Amino acid sequence: MSSVEEISNPVAENLEEDGVEEENTVEEAEMEYEEPVKGGYIFYRDRKEWADLEPVPQDDGPNPVVKIAYSEKCNKSSDCFGLQKGTKSVQVTCILHESVVFDVCRHYRRVLLQALDKDLREEMKYITAIIEDQPKNYQVWHHRRMVVEWLNDPSEELQFVAEILSQDAKNYHAWQHRQWVMQEYKLWDGELEYVEELLEEDVRNNSAWNQRHFVISHTSGYSDSAILEREVQYTLKQIKKAPHNESAWNYLNGILQDGGLSSYPGLLEQVTELQDTCSSPYLTAFLVDLYEDALETNSSSYDQQETLNKALELCKLLAEEKDTIRREYWNYVSRSLQNTYGSGDPVASSSDPPPPSSSQQPDTEPSDP
Amino acid sequence: CLSLLSESDDGNFILQGTQVKDVVIKPEAPNTLLLDKHADYIAAYGSKKDDYEYTLSEYLRMSGIYWGLTVMDLMGQLSRMNREEIIEFIKSCQHDCGGISASTGHDPHLLYTLSAVQILSLYDSINVIDVDKVVDYVKGLQQEDGSFAGDKWGEIDTRFSFCAVATLALLGKLDVINMDKAVGFVLSCMNFDGGFGCRPGSESHAGQIYCCTGFLSITGQLHQVNADLLGWWLCERQLPSGGLNGRPEKLPDVCYSWWVLASLKIIGRIHWIDKAKLRSFILACQDEETGGFADRPGDMVDPFHTLFGVAGLSLLGDEQIKPVNPVFCMPEDVLQRIGLQPDLLN
Repeated sequence: MSSVEEISNPVAENLEEDGVEEENTVEEAEMEYEEPVKGGYIFYRDRKEWADLEPVPQDDGPNPVVKIAYSEKCNKSSDCFGLQKGTKSVQVTCILHESVVFDVCRHYRRVLLQALDKDLREEMKYITAIIEDQPKNYQVWHHRRMVVEWLNDPSEELQFVAEILSQDAKNYHAWQHRQWVMQEYKLWDGELEYVEELLEEDVRNNSAWNQRHFVISHTSGYSDSAILEREVQYTLKQIKKAPHNESAWNYLNGILQDGGLSSYPGLLEQVTELQDTCSSPYLTAFLVDLYEDALETNSSSYDQQETLNKALELCKLLAEEKDTIRREYWNYVSRSLQNTYGSGDPVASSSDPPPPSSSQQPDTEPSDP
Repeated sequence: CLSLLSESDDGNFILQGTQVKDVVIKPEAPNTLLLDKHADYIAAYGSKKDDYEYTLSEYLRMSGIYWGLTVMDLMGQLSRMNREEIIEFIKSCQHDCGGISASTGHDPHLLYTLSAVQILSLYDSINVIDVDKVVDYVKGLQQEDGSFAGDKWGEIDTRFSFCAVATLALLGKLDVINMDKAVGFVLSCMNFDGGFGCRPGSESHAGQIYCCTGFLSITGQLHQVNADLLGWWLCERQLPSGGLNGRPEKLPDVCYSWWVLASLKIIGRIHWIDKAKLRSFILACQDEETGGFADRPGDMVDPFHTLFGVAGLSLLGDEQIKPVNPVFCMPEDVLQRIGLQPDLLN
């Protein structure tokens, strides 16, 4: 396919540029000096070493429809310059800042970066500006990671990600990048403090809770009882601030899974105490989990029958009053507990899944009661 | 109790100062399924090839075509699409390395390779491309640790693990990869809450969970999932409006009607969702004038959300729509023709 060869050929490539100031409109092939964009990125046409080069007419390229659309709709200028440097010609196109553009051009950009031995620090400034503009694009973050790897320099990364997170504290890509940097370069110091700051700002930030788990798992771990106790108390404190907080309850459950909820000293008492002032479906659900753990481990600190009754009572409360949208789930838990730990006949329901069959049609799904 | 309501930019009401981040569905929102309007919307989409939004989405065109064709097939309207033009287009997108790009002249990627294979499966025309080379391309993207890169530049994500096995399963060539390592990598992305992220340690996210449960279904490893724990996490995505979000404390979005619901179906716990409430949320996301579905009521529609709204309704049992396979997001009858029946838990 000829278009494939054309793209791979370093001659007649397109390099994507950052946007220009809105008030400038530039006619095609006319050189004009623009202000550098934020982050200190300088257009090629502003660089002294490129100043003596003659522009060449724009090549139509593989997708003329795309280019026409850009130049019509672009509310910033769409400058097209062709520059020749040595035996390679680099076509520099300034186009509207859209995530699509980076996705299309990233290949050319990387091939050129490698082939022309471009200054990677400049590339870092470029990708910083692009990410600030398009923080939810997969490709721009991966590109940044590649530049960091090529430079082998993570020194700006945590600060940069923190800036992006200050605009959107749950940006999934930003968190992935942060985790990669920390693991790759062993930059764990100060992260717990950073997570706590974020949780101060928004105690319901699930990404921050996940990060807390990530940091501790990769540093001290949870097996030290002092650390575990610290985390339990920290989480209970956050729950008191905002009781209806799924993330905090998930975290509490998660860190105590291995040891078992019912055997953790003082936990039942502390959670029960919260019931008056900090009640929520999550608290009630947590108690159900705790009672279930007591039953499963046949804990001697718990009266088995009484514990089962309490658990069933809470499931009923959730199904009928506190969390009715998930009544099917709570009825399932109730039946499972009855069947496993009850002394009577097994309990079934019309909404139990049918016995295993090879058919996967939706009409074999049980109907709602 | 509900206290403050404020209006968001798109005219939805958002609950503030209460405990739940959600939208409120207005009484005048659509509450019946407007299938004909959606078929007309998709049939017309992309007919004006100089449309701005259409042009800007060229970088994902192959997936866009897959979304459009699949939803049309689910509605029994596949014949309205231009089969010959699409097949020629796909042929022009296969590169020498075997991989397939989003559009002519773009670079190959696993995402668009899967979309292309899905489209050709819908059209029972898989042999218009070089299948052996596709298999080589996918195999070549597997890394030492079992993960898959999306393309030669090396981005790793469990989405790509799913794309790899789904592609190979549709081609009947799952045996070419290192299965144990592939499974090992996906399982290493399982989190303390039972969910999955894009890489080990990444936050659980419904989209990634769909990819991982789909992966484990295709590879026959669903027994490794903690179905009760994950099922609970997934049914917690349902908000008072009936809509589903993708992770805690985020707004509902109709595409999660697919990612969450399909995952629940795969692990045998779809009945843990309040179906009536979800259905009313999905229907409210329709646009009565233009056809199509938006991410939430009142927003702009697009083919992506249209597919996942319709597919979600199919999973909920709507009889006007063909049954959809929860692993591949393709009509069940297509998979039956191919002879693919991925495991589902009971």
